[in-house]
Amino acid sequence: MIAMIDLIAHVLLLLLMPPLLLGVIVKTKAAFAGRVGAPLLQPYYDLIKLFQKGTVLSRTTTWVFLAGPTVTLFAVMVAGLLVPLSGRPAPLRFAGDFILFAYLLALGRFFTALAALDTGSSFEGMGASREVTFACLAEPALFLGLLALARLSGGLSLTALLGGQVGGAWIAAAPTMVLVVGGLFIILLVENSRIPFDDPNTHLELTMIHEVMVLDHGGPALGAVLYGAAVKLFVLSAVVARLMVPVASERPVIHWPVFVVSMLLVAVLIGVVESVMARLRLLHVPNLLLGACLLTGLGFILLLGSSS
Amino acid sequence: MINPARFVTFGNAEPVELGAVPELAPDEFGRAVVAAADGGLRVGAYFGTAEGQDGVRLYAILLDDLTGSIHGACTAFPLGPFPSLTRECPQVHLFEREIAEQFGIEPVGHPWLKPVRFHPSYTGRPQPWAGSDGRSPPVGITNFFRVDGDEVHEVAVGPVHAGVIEPGHFRFQCHGEDVFHLEISLGYQHRGIERRLTGGPGRRTIHYLETLAGDTTVGHTTAYCHAIEAMTGTYAPPRAQAIRGIALELERLANHVGDLGALAGDVGFLPTSAYCGRIRGDYLNLTAAVCGSRFGRDLVRPGGVLFDIDAPLADSIGALLADAERDTASAVELLWGSSSVMGRFEDTGRLTREVADELGLVGPAARACGIGRDVRHDFPVGIFRFSHVPVSTWSTGDVFARAYVRWLEVQQSIRFIREQLRALPEGPVLAPPPELPPEQLVVSLVEGWRGEICHVAMTGPDGKFQKYKVVDPSFHNWFGLAIALRGEQISDFPLCNKSFNLSYSGHDL
Repeated sequence: MIAMIDLIAHVLLLLLMPPLLLGVIVKTKAAFAGRVGAPLLQPYYDLIKLFQKGTVLSRTTTWVFLAGPTVTLFAVMVAGLLVPLSGRPAPLRFAGDFILFAYLLALGRFFTALAALDTGSSFEGMGASREVTFACLAEPALFLGLLALARLSGGLSLTALLGGQVGGAWIAAAPTMVLVVGGLFIILLVENSRIPFDDPNTHLELTMIHEVMVLDHGGPALGAVLYGAAVKLFVLSAVVARLMVPVASERPVIHWPVFVVSMLLVAVLIGVVESVMARLRLLHVPNLLLGACLLTGLGFILLLGSSS
Repeated sequence: MINPARFVTFGNAEPVELGAVPELAPDEFGRAVVAAADGGLRVGAYFGTAEGQDGVRLYAILLDDLTGSIHGACTAFPLGPFPSLTRECPQVHLFEREIAEQFGIEPVGHPWLKPVRFHPSYTGRPQPWAGSDGRSPPVGITNFFRVDGDEVHEVAVGPVHAGVIEPGHFRFQCHGEDVFHLEISLGYQHRGIERRLTGGPGRRTIHYLETLAGDTTVGHTTAYCHAIEAMTGTYAPPRAQAIRGIALELERLANHVGDLGALAGDVGFLPTSAYCGRIRGDYLNLTAAVCGSRFGRDLVRPGGVLFDIDAPLADSIGALLADAERDTASAVELLWGSSSVMGRFEDTGRLTREVADELGLVGPAARACGIGRDVRHDFPVGIFRFSHVPVSTWSTGDVFARAYVRWLEVQQSIRFIREQLRALPEGPVLAPPPELPPEQLVVSLVEGWRGEICHVAMTGPDGKFQKYKVVDPSFHNWFGLAIALRGEQISDFPLCNKSFNLSYSGHDL
């Protein structure tokens, strides 16, 4: 029974909650700017509007152009099923699924970049080149962080890495956990094109990374892109939220509300970061990503030292 | 240096007889202009007027910032090729392209001759570039400089942009993220204002000038009114001059604060961006409190101003100004204190002082390169004769310098306005000038918020404008932006562009 409730809650939250995080980030930023800001549910209204629109396709594009948003959305959804959102076992889990998790995200990115190149626009090619360059640098940081968690938990699935054992990991190796959370938070920002890596609100094509790749998508395709991006934000935020609020409970009335609140806290945190800092110069982005690698790598090395 | 035999020398808003402008032989004229530019003078305006049916007369207006004097000379020749001065004096490159486009005559030896505004020539002659038949070519269809080679790619931006801004076309030659070269092609906003002003002044004249560059309404109308008053030998009453000065500085405040906010927005720095957007409105509202228009329309008129600032209004402006000053300071100081912002501003879009001098840059863009060039200081007229505004400069020539110079100027402008409000001269605010006298030439310079506004008015035998030449500061500075981008990252272009914030309509006229 409890497993059934957990499964339903997991799927429903994965499907419905992602746009809310964007709404919370926007509200947080508005509060910092002294504005009222867009309604909390505006991302939902936008998605409904986009899915009701028709589609205009450029004659230079092929099936790849529409495959981009579709595959990306599918990939991040499956990735969402691998993460134990509330600490309870995830719907999909097997030993080594964290590698699938990382490469599902990479698959989505690969197809987004392909769809961008498919348009033949110089802007989108530029964006694709930036996105894959930064992804190359973000991947080692993600893996080093997950490796550290794997060593702490002794398991190889995300359910083991992020499940009920996280609380114990904080007690056993707090310094490692701090470093890993820091590194993964940076990954969360770069993977979701947030400030200081990218500015999701900018209208300046020449400075964009992720946004410029989807300039040619419209209507339902753009809706799928935006929804996919929201789900990706949700999934990666869930990883960070699990590590920051490691509540383990058997009762759905406790662990699901705790999960929702911790997700909202992560969204507020992202909003605060975006409010108090400027975007990095594109040339300096690799430095920060290297910093993320160092953080998670150091966390892993600390662990090697303590266990020997 | 200036050879007194070859130039007539006068001051800002000081009329000279048209006949007193020395006419030189074309090659002598060219040598004199180049020698003057080599001696440190700037080309304020260089333009042609029709001479009979098949001739042209070129006027050069040279400015000496050190002595505050203006030197003029002209040359006349039948429509046809004339020697280009661009190779010896890069400042005139765009002026020569303008002359070639307007009259269909070729500046021989011009290194990069192409249309400026894409209009048919005034004379009906074909313009000296391939494919021209004297008719209007489609805007933006022209040759662009190309770099060939492995991994070199071209990025074209505009004329339609993602933001709500004016149209302009930018073409980058890139190697990866690095910009080799940027070429800017404008002309989309060409409305033919200069030709419409010919035969004036009339009822529409002042409105053309108010909307010539909408964000510089007070600057351009003040320059026009100074020209009219100078020609007729009249002066606006002292109270009107003070009100014009207040309006000019309010215009500077609104735009500078808006620019600082927009610069913060371009690097994604939310607090300053959000607050400056609102504070800009506060300054615009102060202008509206004076004349009912946030952009200063219907305020400045020949002979004075149409709206007075009475004592209660002066008090309320002073109080609101103090609030706005406090808000501006707290919003802008955040910029200089944030290392993430400074990391973007510093060393981005750097121009050296030598390049800025060679290109004849004006306004904050020039002052950010360490050049103390400010019409309010170098060529003071009106209220600036009596109340001085210190010149604000910075030496690094990067985006930071252009932002910081704006902040320094904001502080000076607030101080100036407060000083004026405290001691407004008594008396009327309007004394309409008489009809214009015939055969006069006057050069009127005003330091608009973007830099030096140069108007050259010439009346014919009937006392009507035979030529009214407008040089917006953007006309000098667009090329500075193109040069500042060389070797930069293409992703930094929007930031560099905003740090110049030039006018498309002021350039296109």
